[in-house]
Formats: sequence, structure tokens, C-alpha cells
Amino acid sequence: MELLLDSLFNGVAIGSVLLVAALGLAIVFGLMGVINLAHGELMMLGAYTTYVTQLIFKLPILKPFYNSYIIVSIFLAFIVSGVVGILLEKTIIRKLYGSPLETLLATWGVSLILQQFVRSVPLAYGTGLVISLIIGLFLPTTFSSKIKESINFKYFKFSSWILAALTGVLTGGVISSTVSKLSRASARNVDVTAPSWMRGQVEILGTAFPKTRLMIIVITLISVIAITLFLNQSAWGMRIRAVTQNRQMSDCLGISTEKVDIITFGIGSGLAGVAGVAVSLLGSVGPNVGGNYIVGCFMVVVLGGVGNLLGTVLASFGIGIMTDLIGAGRLLSIWPDMPLPLSNTINFFATTSMARVMIFALIVIFLQFKPTGLFPQKGRMVEN
Amino acid sequence: MRISRRILAGLATASLAVTATSCGGGGTSGSFDDTVTVGILHSLSGTMAISESTLVDTEKMAIEEINAAGGVNVGGKSYKIEYIVEDGASDWPTFAEKSKKLIDQDGVPVVFGGWTSASRKAMLPVYESKDAFLYYPIQYEAQECSNNIFYTGATPNQQSEPATDFMYKRSPAAGGDFFLVGSDYVFPRTSNTITKAQVKQLGGKVVGEDYLPLGNTEVAPIISKIKKALPEGGIIINTLNGDQNVAFFKQIQDAGITPSSGYYVMNYSIAEEEISTIGPEFLEGHYGAWNYMMSIDTPASKKFAKSFKKRWGADRVVADPQESAYNMVYLWKQAVEDAGTFDDNAVREALVGQKFDAPQGPVEVMPNHHLSQTVRIGEINAEGGFTILEETGVVLPQAWNQKHPSSKGFACDWTDPSKGEKYKL
Repeated sequence: MELLLDSLFNGVAIGSVLLVAALGLAIVFGLMGVINLAHGELMMLGAYTTYVTQLIFKLPILKPFYNSYIIVSIFLAFIVSGVVGILLEKTIIRKLYGSPLETLLATWGVSLILQQFVRSVPLAYGTGLVISLIIGLFLPTTFSSKIKESINFKYFKFSSWILAALTGVLTGGVISSTVSKLSRASARNVDVTAPSWMRGQVEILGTAFPKTRLMIIVITLISVIAITLFLNQSAWGMRIRAVTQNRQMSDCLGISTEKVDIITFGIGSGLAGVAGVAVSLLGSVGPNVGGNYIVGCFMVVVLGGVGNLLGTVLASFGIGIMTDLIGAGRLLSIWPDMPLPLSNTINFFATTSMARVMIFALIVIFLQFKPTGLFPQKGRMVEN
Repeated sequence: MRISRRILAGLATASLAVTATSCGGGGTSGSFDDTVTVGILHSLSGTMAISESTLVDTEKMAIEEINAAGGVNVGGKSYKIEYIVEDGASDWPTFAEKSKKLIDQDGVPVVFGGWTSASRKAMLPVYESKDAFLYYPIQYEAQECSNNIFYTGATPNQQSEPATDFMYKRSPAAGGDFFLVGSDYVFPRTSNTITKAQVKQLGGKVVGEDYLPLGNTEVAPIISKIKKALPEGGIIINTLNGDQNVAFFKQIQDAGITPSSGYYVMNYSIAEEEISTIGPEFLEGHYGAWNYMMSIDTPASKKFAKSFKKRWGADRVVADPQESAYNMVYLWKQAVEDAGTFDDNAVREALVGQKFDAPQGPVEVMPNHHLSQTVRIGEINAEGGFTILEETGVVLPQAWNQKHPSSKGFACDWTDPSKGEKYKL
């Protein structure tokens, strides 16, 4: 029983890391059909946001709230990655809808740019830049519709961008002068230390579980529930689903597909940021942190069936449990006296490297029989 | 490309000139009879840049020190050392290509370079075919002995073997079972083959081993294996690569695998530089084994650390790989002066038997092109350094490991033409 619980927990723990990382991609790739190779780098931005938040919470003014920095950083990471995603959509991806190869190359280029950006720009100024982006993109949308309709709107827009730039430079300067660690550019990996209440273990039903893993499972669960509710209950969620099913018809019926694209991409990117927070709790934070997850993310989305959230959830937990079963040689402890050839085979695959090989092989075989994944999209797709 | 190289070389010479005049002190900077240009070849970009750039810094510092003290004296003439820095870009074929360039185009008498075993294996054929000479400063898995490479890092019997012995006999987990963890490439696998043979000889038991593919940070299956194999605690030998250590130590601490619950990790790839990246709070109470540790309390060691901080910044640390890089520049200088020429073959002969008072203590070049060195076992402390627990005497290097099944009973001796690369003892 304990063994089973332990194994199940491990599988769910590994799966939830995969799921939280793949969730954003499931929306961007699944619903919009955009192959976003910069998804990993949006995760990386989330991880760096956690790091910056952690350092800012070490300042004397915020010190009393230090223990809650991780909660704050989840929201901040969502906003940071979301805004960068929106910018990405507005400037590059929008022009490339319907041409997947070009999108693939362009987003790969963006991922390289983002990696180099965190290597060579001091994080303080990076933060300033993101803040000015947030202000520049959102301030114009808060103007009343009367202003928006006036001919002088572009001046308002222009001046809000100037304001944004000034605020950005100012915050960048203030942060770099108060937090010395953020004032210099460095290619070195940095470290996020979980607050003390999240370190160590808790005992449930006689088995000890690491708290960070539980935290990641909680973050994943909340993200999945929130996104499901959003897609199924809210008006914008309905519009997103409508556009996914039939873009032209939705357009004819008065849905602003442009806005839907921005929102979908923004949410997908924001979720990548949340994944970045989760990942930063497990390992170090560096320019390449997201690149390590991108293959796994696509694997989960494809296996689950493009465009289906439930498929993504099941696929990630499935892969997680399989990784643990094979990688830790669980079958041997469940059935200790199995015949020798069988146990030798299981031992051979019971290393992390070989378990990966085995899982990829299983997925390839599975996709031979169900090329569209666990839950294929049903109904007529108009877009070709 | 060509221009940028020239600029780089120009910058290098310029910075050299500046430092030579600023800290020369004796007015020797202007009185050289000639110059000699050496090659420095490490990764300045890509994943290895973080580690390898520290070696470039150290080698530059050693060259500046030698120049400030009058340069290299060959045949009554004093030579100022100049250098060309090439970027291996963390890409192994690039290392081979840049080596060719340094040897053929720049005509350097010696190249100081490399870090990963993969880069060394890529460079080896180049140096052998051109009969040039590479100085390689990193602790490695051995099982190699080239006439054209000079190795100043530790061989396994100068690092992992004394460490395994310490863990099994004298650590708090003495007599316990072993679990081996490493990144999935040549060094951890070879090192662990040796460790397994040694543990067997000692009468201990290796109850499990696992390798994490490079770039993977999912440690959960390894943790469940460790817990299953070592339920009451034991000895973990860790040969994981740089960043993977962060994931490993964060997650094992969360899973309750800590010194206080009886698990002790011995690390072969974690030096002072890495401790500060991973964070001492995750590593405190675990162990490391090196030839040089920054906390060695001798004037030579303190001077080395002090001059490095003075040259490159007070927050910098020195670690074992840097000390090896520092030693090799000095040993080359001594050998050239003894040989009375920069000619490769004469220098190679003069090199064997060279002694140097290194920051770690005395070292000597052995006939197998490796160094005799002191081995130290240290416990990682809360300040991010090592508390040195044990110090061996001088240990002779084994290019062919005596515990590895494939090389048992073999040795290497380049001073005797009848013996050479691999002969039966």
C-alpha cells in the first residue's frame, strides 16, 4: 500500500511538472495551431521573474512578507510572460498565421534572442523593460472609448508609450541601485530558494512527501481548473472555442478574432510563466532552463490529442507514472520473483536514460495506432 | 572572423602591456630581448563558458606574473610571453579546428586548453599528427596517455580512490552501502566503474547506480531508488555535471536525504565555484575531494587566492581546476628554460622531472606526463568552502587505472622508448 502510494505520488509529481509546462502550449498549439518554439523561453522568463521577486522581497521594506514571495511571483510570472507573449503575437506571429514552417523558424529565432537577452542584459533593466511594456500595452486600453474614437488617439498612445519608457528606465535604475545582484549581466545560472515553510516534508498516511512537489501539484491543479472554467464558463472562453472551431464563421458572427488571438496567446504564454515558477523550485534557473522542457511539452500535447485539455492532462500523468514505473524499476518491487529474463529486461530499462528511450518508443508505437492522440478533435475543421 | 581574431589578439596584447607596466614594478617590462606567443584554447561561449573562462583568467594571470618577473630565459635571452586566446565555443570539433589554427597559422610552441573529456578527445589526434603539445588542466577519468598531451589534473587514483576509501572507512557512514549517481557521459561512467571495483575490494557493496541524461533535471525516480536501496542511509558518490547538481541537491534535501538522516554525498565535480552557485545551505555536511582547496592554510595557497582576487575582483574564488591551470603555465616555463629552446621535443624531455611549489604543495612531473599531487578530503561548510579533514602524502598518478578491469596491470612511461603509451607492468 505504502509502495503504491509512493509510486502514485511520484508519477503524479513528475506528471504535474510536465502538465504545468505543457498547459500553455496545449492552448497555443492546441487551440490556435501555432507551433511556438519560444514556449520554453517564456517559461524561463517566469523562472527569472521568481528570482527577481525573491531578491526584491529581501529588501528591508518587504522583508516581513518574504515568506509569501512565491505566491506573489506566480501572479507576476503570469503577467510578465503573458505580456511578452502578447508582444510576440502582435509583432511576429500575427503576420505568420497559416504558415507553420515560418512560424516555427521565427519563434525559434525569438527563443534564441530571449536566451541571449537574459545572458547579456542586467536583470534590473530587463525588469524595467517588462514594466514599460506592460504600461505601454495596457495604458491605451484604459482610455475611454470617446478618446479612442477621436483622431488624436495616436497622440495619447504615443505619450503613454513615452510615460511607459520613462517608468521603465526609472524602475530599472532604482532596482539596479538597490539590489546589487541584479545590476550586472551574467550568464551564470541563478538559484531560487524556496521559503522555509515550503522546504522539507509532510507526512500523509504514513508516507513522507516533499513539500515543493506538493506545491507544484497544487499550482498545476489550480491552473488546470482555472483554465477549464475560463474556457467553458466565461464569454471570452466561449469566443475562443468558437474561433478554434470555425474562424471564418465566428468572424462573420461578429467575434473579433484579432482580440481572441491576442487573449488566447497571452493566456497560453502566461501559463508558461507559471510553469517557470514551478520549475524554478526544482532546479537552477538559467538561460537554457526552458529548452530542457520544450520537447516534453510537445510530446504531451501531441499524445493527448491536439486541442484537447483533458487529453493533455491524462497524457502528462500517464507519462509521469510510466517514467516512475520504468525508471525506478517499480515492477520488480511489486512482483519480486518474476522470471529472470523478464527481471533482467526491467533492470536494463530501470535507469533514467533508458526509461526515456523506452517511453519515447512506447509513444511512437502508440501514435502508429492513434496518430491523432488520445482524444482527437471531432467535428469538421474548416481551416486548411 | 579574421578581423575579430586580430582584434582579440590585439586586445590581449594591449591588456598585457597595461598590466605589465602597472604591476611590473621592476621596470623589466621594457627590457625583453624577444617575445614568444603561446595559445590559450577554452570555451568563451556556450554552456562550458562559465567554467572555462575561469581557466583563461588564471592562465593570463600566471603569464602576467612570469612576465613581471622577467619573462622566460632561454639561451641567455629573455622572452616576454604573449598569448592568443581562441574560443572553443563548447563545441568539440571547434576545439580541434582552433588547435590546427594555433599550431599551423600562429606557430605557437604550446597550447593551454580544454576542459571536458570530449574536447580533449577531439583535440588529441590533431596534436599527435602534428607532434605539437597540449597542456590539459582538468581532473579526468584517465585511461589515456598521449606523448603529446601533458595532464596537470588529477587521475582517479588521485581523487576518487582516496575519497572512496575515506567514505568507506572513516566517514560517519563508514561501512555503509554505496549508491552512485552521475551525468550520462564518459567521465562519470568510467569513474564509477573504478569505484565499483574498489568498493568490492574493500568488502563493501554498491547497491545501485543511475545516470541522468545531460540537461535533464527530473531527479524523482533516482530519489525513490536511493530510498529503496539505502533505507537507513549510506554513502552516495556524485559525479553529476554543473547545473544538474542544483536540481539534485534541492530535491534530495526535500526528500529527507540529508547528513542528519545518515546520507552522506561525496562529490567529484563540486569545487568552491560550484558551491557558491548551488548554495552552501544545500551542501553543508557533504564532502568533496580535490588536490587544491581554497582553504589550504599555507603561504603559497593564500598568495594564489590573493593575487587572483586582486587581478579579477574580490568576489572571485579559486578552485582546483584553476590551480592546475596555474601550475601548468609555470611548469612549461621551467621546462623551456631547462631545455634552452622552445622546441617541442626538447621541452618534452626536460618536462619530466620538473618540480614546482604549487599552491597545493610540491608537485612533480612524472614519466607518464601526469603530476604527482596531494589529495585532500574536505567537508563542505556553511561559508561555502571546504573544512579539510584529511590530507594524503604525495600520490603518484596512474594514467592506466589499476582498478579498472581493462587497464589493470598496465602503465605508461614516455622516457623509455621501449615502454611508451601502454606497457605491461
